[in-house]
Amino acid sequence: MRTTTPKEDFTRGIWRENPVFLQMLGLCPALAVTNTVENAIAMGLATFFVLFCSSLLVSSCKSFIPHEVRISTYILIIATFVTLADMVLEAVVPEVHKELGAFIALIVVNCMILGRQEAFASKKPVGRSLLDATGTGIGFLIAMLMMGGFREVLGMGTFLGFELFGPSYEPWVVMILPAGGFLTLGFIMLGFGYYEQRKIAKAKEMSDVEGRVTS
Amino acid sequence: MSDETNAQEASPVAAAPEEPGVSAVRLFMTLAVAGAMAGLLIVMVNQFTQPRIIAYKAKMLKLAVTEVLQGPARYDTLYLIDGALTPDLPAGLKPEKQKAIYVGYTEAGEIKGIAIARGESGFQDVVMLIFGIDPATQGLTGMKILASKETPGLGDKIYKDLDFVQQFFEGPTVPLLGVKIGAGDGAPNEIDMITGATISSRAVIRIINNAVTEWEPFFENLDKKPVAARGETK
Repeated sequence: MRTTTPKEDFTRGIWRENPVFLQMLGLCPALAVTNTVENAIAMGLATFFVLFCSSLLVSSCKSFIPHEVRISTYILIIATFVTLADMVLEAVVPEVHKELGAFIALIVVNCMILGRQEAFASKKPVGRSLLDATGTGIGFLIAMLMMGGFREVLGMGTFLGFELFGPSYEPWVVMILPAGGFLTLGFIMLGFGYYEQRKIAKAKEMSDVEGRVTS
Repeated sequence: MSDETNAQEASPVAAAPEEPGVSAVRLFMTLAVAGAMAGLLIVMVNQFTQPRIIAYKAKMLKLAVTEVLQGPARYDTLYLIDGALTPDLPAGLKPEKQKAIYVGYTEAGEIKGIAIARGESGFQDVVMLIFGIDPATQGLTGMKILASKETPGLGDKIYKDLDFVQQFFEGPTVPLLGVKIGAGDGAPNEIDMITGATISSRAVIRIINNAVTEWEPFFENLDKKPVAARGETK
């Protein structure tokens, strides 16, 4: 594996290797709790908190954790922070907690988090791991916001509860139902795919031109 | 087994010195320490969050009872213990685990209404609601949905459609009967259901009717005075 600079550790998770749209990780919450922007933000922040704290702990304790029990230890660490997030959310923002329901507990099995521990935090120094966790967490939050914004605006005609289009707008109810989650994810990934292909085509065109010039 | 021994005999020199594996004790200790620390952390945070969560739930329940009984001067919580209603919970039982009704009183100390909470399955998941009923007239005094995961935009109208909710505050008598909008003949027990949310509307009506059937036997024997006015010391 090519070594990366600290800057790359931070930036790649945000967009170029976005956990949801390009790595296809953490799709369960991205589909299930993005029916409103508020839910998406709460879920994104809770996941960010768990990812950041787990990376910090895994990275600082990596030399004490024997290879044989590393997965169980990581899961234990992640599950602890998820429990904390669950309890704090219920105490501080009970309304949001009610909406998110079981999906808070399901952060434990978000592959994105365990994936970062196994692939990065367990091998790299603490600072780099935190950069990586922050970048990935922001990338996840951005993905949740894109999904949530798209779905709430079309499905309810509101953004964060504010009316956008006036009373004559007929909401596309399907967008806030589960089917709307799949449709939104599909369209956003279509956009990503189109952009990638364009980039490849452009690069090829450039190299063709260069080839002709040199020959 | 035999293959292993053969291999060892065949190439005793090539057998690499065994890696200094991690001892079982160390593996066990790692998980034990991690588990103990996790437990400690969770307990510490729980100390801080638990009282807030309980206080919030109690506040929400109080608001709901006050709303569906249309502002009683005071209300008592009566727990169903061994088939009888009692205001005193035996030691060791958690209040939130017990079946209970809430009896509201007027300023004059007369029964204003009884609030009952009940959950049954709706369209998606359990619909949890609380409603108030005046035992003298058998008329409802209010209804509030406490928890529901009904379809957004359709089934969630059981609490977002204020015309539907308002009907329960206008004293419809039990047993309730759901009718299509405009199809009723003005009977006092009719509730206009929501177009597009028939199952959810029916669930609300069914929950209330079932709750009344279950609790009605207790209505007659209720103490007519609030607990505080009976001269009992708690």
